[in-house]
Amino acid sequence: MSDPATPLNGAHYAGYVTIAEAAPRGMITLRGDLGDKGFAKVVKAVTGLALPGQREFAAKGDFAVAWMSPDELLVLCTYDRANAVVADLTAQLGDLHSLAVNVSDARALIEITGDDAREVLAKLAPVDLSPGAFGPGQIRRSRLAQVPAAFWMTDTGFQLVCFRSVADYVFEALSTVAQPGSRVGALV
Amino acid sequence: MLILRCPYCGVSGEETEFHAGGEAHLKRFGPGSSDAEFEAYLFQRENPKGVHFERWRHVNGCGKWFHAARCTATLEVFGTYPAQSTEPPADLRKAISAKRPGWKWREFS
Ligand SMILES: [Zn+2]
Repeated sequence: MSDPATPLNGAHYAGYVTIAEAAPRGMITLRGDLGDKGFAKVVKAVTGLALPGQREFAAKGDFAVAWMSPDELLVLCTYDRANAVVADLTAQLGDLHSLAVNVSDARALIEITGDDAREVLAKLAPVDLSPGAFGPGQIRRSRLAQVPAAFWMTDTGFQLVCFRSVADYVFEALSTVAQPGSRVGALV
Repeated sequence: MLILRCPYCGVSGEETEFHAGGEAHLKRFGPGSSDAEFEAYLFQRENPKGVHFERWRHVNGCGKWFHAARCTATLEVFGTYPAQSTEPPADLRKAISAKRPGWKWREFS
């Protein structure tokens, strides 16, 4: 297998937080009726994770599952296994009205790490990012400056996913608001 | 600035996370309808000062369409409800009546 060409070519910016493209990750859009027990069973069998509740994000081992809407999940896995996981999901879902698509190369994955990661994200997204309002185990789909994006928390900050076509824009926007000397310090 | 709550993902987001989709509860008149019905369907819209019902989409979010009831004068949002509704829910109408006694919008009150 050839090496994947990531959208940002491993870009990295060190400001008062660090903005960096994440290592290639398998990303699968899985659509179906999240209220269907059969659907939840397949998700559990393939990923080892229970169906996340509304706006929840759960990770275990190589897998993560995020709630995107009442009929959509984002399944994360290792980059190399994405097609196999799609095939597995499709086979196990069988006749259940559903759709699994490998979107790994259609998305960009960016990491925002550092003590002020919340603040940097809050400069671009119209979201309450104070610790009381948003924390680990949650996913938020919103607007990042002028484009859609989704993000969740990690041990060191955030991971953010956006469309590949706007990866440069998102990286530059994040880098701009993370410039040294631009810390606001209002969000604690 | 409106703060809207998406009935599908439960997010209370500000206006720029959403996109307005025009008047709510339009009845479509197509082939076989009269000229007057078709004209009304295409062009005639409410333009109230006060209680209004609209369609919105959570475009920078879960992507779903929904309905919203709001006041055009104060920008107060009375409530939101799923797209799969042919009329404003009774409890929402009651809540609006408590705040705007005597309100009327098309055939609803
Ligand atoms: Zn929503």
